[in-house]
Amino acid sequence: MRSGLSFTRLLAVARKEAIHFLRDRRSLGLAFGLPAAMVLAFGWIISFDIRFIPMAVFDQDRTQASRSLVDAFTASSYFVVTDRLERYGDAEPLLNRGAVRLVLVIPPRFQARLSSGGPAPVQALVDGGDANTAIIAMTYARGIVAAYSTRALLGARRVAPRVGAETRIWYNERLKSSHMIVPGLIAVVMMIIAALLTSLTVAREWDRGTMEQLAATPVHPAEVIVGKLLPYLVVGLIDVLVIGFIGDAVFRVPFRGNFLFFIGASFFFLIGSLSLGILISAAVRSQMLAVQVAMISTFLPSLLLSGFMFDIANMPKVLQAISLVVPARYFITAVRGIMLKGVGPDVLWPHGLGMILFGTVGLALAVRAFRKELR
Amino acid sequence: MSGDRRTGAPAHRSTGEPAYRRTRFSFARAFEMVRKETRQLFRNPMMVRMMFGPPLIQLLVFGYAVNTDIRNTRTFILDQDHTAASRGLADGLTASGYFVVTGRGERAADVTRALDHGDATIGIVIPHGFAADLACGTGARVQVLVDGTSANSANVAQGYVGLIVQRLGQQLGAAGERGSGGAGVDLRARAWFNPDLRSAVYNVPAVAGMIIMLMGLSLTAMAVVREREVGTLEQLMVSPLQPSELIVGKTLPPVIVATADLVLVTTVAIFWFDVPLRGSILILATGSLFFLLCAIGLGLLISALANTQQEAFMSMFFFFMPMIILSGFMFPVANMPVAFQWVSLANPVRHYLEVVRGVFLKGAGIEALWKQMAVLAVMGTGLLWFAVLRFHKTSR
Repeated sequence: MRSGLSFTRLLAVARKEAIHFLRDRRSLGLAFGLPAAMVLAFGWIISFDIRFIPMAVFDQDRTQASRSLVDAFTASSYFVVTDRLERYGDAEPLLNRGAVRLVLVIPPRFQARLSSGGPAPVQALVDGGDANTAIIAMTYARGIVAAYSTRALLGARRVAPRVGAETRIWYNERLKSSHMIVPGLIAVVMMIIAALLTSLTVAREWDRGTMEQLAATPVHPAEVIVGKLLPYLVVGLIDVLVIGFIGDAVFRVPFRGNFLFFIGASFFFLIGSLSLGILISAAVRSQMLAVQVAMISTFLPSLLLSGFMFDIANMPKVLQAISLVVPARYFITAVRGIMLKGVGPDVLWPHGLGMILFGTVGLALAVRAFRKELR
Repeated sequence: MSGDRRTGAPAHRSTGEPAYRRTRFSFARAFEMVRKETRQLFRNPMMVRMMFGPPLIQLLVFGYAVNTDIRNTRTFILDQDHTAASRGLADGLTASGYFVVTGRGERAADVTRALDHGDATIGIVIPHGFAADLACGTGARVQVLVDGTSANSANVAQGYVGLIVQRLGQQLGAAGERGSGGAGVDLRARAWFNPDLRSAVYNVPAVAGMIIMLMGLSLTAMAVVREREVGTLEQLMVSPLQPSELIVGKTLPPVIVATADLVLVTTVAIFWFDVPLRGSILILATGSLFFLLCAIGLGLLISALANTQQEAFMSMFFFFMPMIILSGFMFPVANMPVAFQWVSLANPVRHYLEVVRGVFLKGAGIEALWKQMAVLAVMGTGLLWFAVLRFHKTSR
């Protein structure tokens, strides 16, 4: 019954799927609108550079030294002094309400201790409720105090600093969050969109009972899978370009590398994630379940275990091992490398190879799962 | 049960308003609907696993993976000086616990290579003559190269390097002179509510918010649309079942599942992650109930508007993503542009997270949380009411 693979039949399936997709206006709008909206939202909203953290000061010393320490905090523009306390007890309600994130306590005799050359401790009370902001606020505070301390000591002795650290940021010179987020977002958004689009298409045939019809036709499983993939591959590639364009036009993310290499990596990554969607829907057969599985297996890992926002090196060993099979991890490294570092295949070839592997293995597994289903 | 159903008059399409519209809300029929829905939901063993497995996985991943504290930053050291002083500086960096040396080199090209390949996030260049400069007191310099592609780590790591280098400089310099090691201002930080500054304590309770929203939203949204897509909604419509009974039947099982998930997540948070529960469980439960109403209402609204499951799912995602981003779940609301801070006021997830974190971490009482609770109550009932209205309209 089944002859070899036929390109005509493959195209017929692709056409049918494209018509199906184009007819559903709302899904169509979402397939193009969602990635754009997500990039804009993420790019504008997510910011790791925290500024103007509200703080309170409890200055028990009231000397020139204590005042200039407070000035050092405000001058940094990382902190804004919103309250000046009279009693230590006032600190607690302020932190409780979340009105301030940090309370700087300067004890009496601060100036005297500092000028005598002994240790002069000051205390910082931090709202640890939000550990992320607290850590960043504490780091800023430490830096400000350390700089102040050096200045105070050197001012007394009039010598140059012993060791100066001269920092240079590479690839993202102004440390803009959007430059770091947009390349990573291409991977996260495409993973979700791709898996979603395809996971529903096969499950829908099951839900509506048209799968048996499809099975009765002389179409080869590989033709069905590739045919179903093609329209979505086009959608996905357009989405990638749209995201890239927004990154360039709105957020001014530089593109320093090879465009062709970028498209190649996206191509294989999309094939992999689209196949993953088909694999899911072939396995669970219901749209409702397919949606749930797709969310869990694509959204969460590509957001959290890919190095998109959180450094993989800081994770426990088990999660680091799991992250090795998260395709978004390789794609994000590749895209960041291409866009920000401007490095080419000579550096990124392992990641490119990972993409090709993900794409071909995913496609092969999808065809196999589908063939099994039909029998 | 079946007898009950037959007591309703059959629908007469030709005579306009069908007879069953006039019958009153029947608890027996609603209960049967709930039973049917629950059975349908739990019939698929895979579905049962999906209801309780993923929340647990999410909890574990968020508890362990999301960590903004920078430890073990991969560092490449380029020591062109080869003296005791330069080695002391490198040792000092690793001893701090923030940096792990993953490579050492001699030539400038080595550090470029390490950063290009992503083998290291930070490169420290100790130039030739470092020890000599230090000794003669003209001031020695080291160069710190930071990979800015992961801005978050870069930001924090950069701060730590500066600090450590400065402190080491003081120590190295002081060794030659009189022992003034303890001089200078010393900042002693103390974190409240979360003394060890564990990210998990902050993140894990918030996962509850995400899971309730996801479960309530997806189960409700898909349940009705599925009937419409498969064509069984018309059958339900011509049965004596009233729309209100249908709604109860469709929403109660998701409510039960979401509640079970909430209990599961809270238990794991308290006993596995040692998240302190400092406030009252009653406030947490009431807040969760109001929040659940929001999720169900939104789910119902989507299902009233969507024609296919694919459409419902895409719309769900369209709501869900911004709600999570604008909730303060991972990115503090206070850091967002002011316009988005205003927008986030319309986001139930934001208010719920304030309740959850307040109750868990700060032990906040109703006097601190009444505003959020009131907003959630109004939003929940409002959304549900609106959804039911829309639902009546579309199902006719």
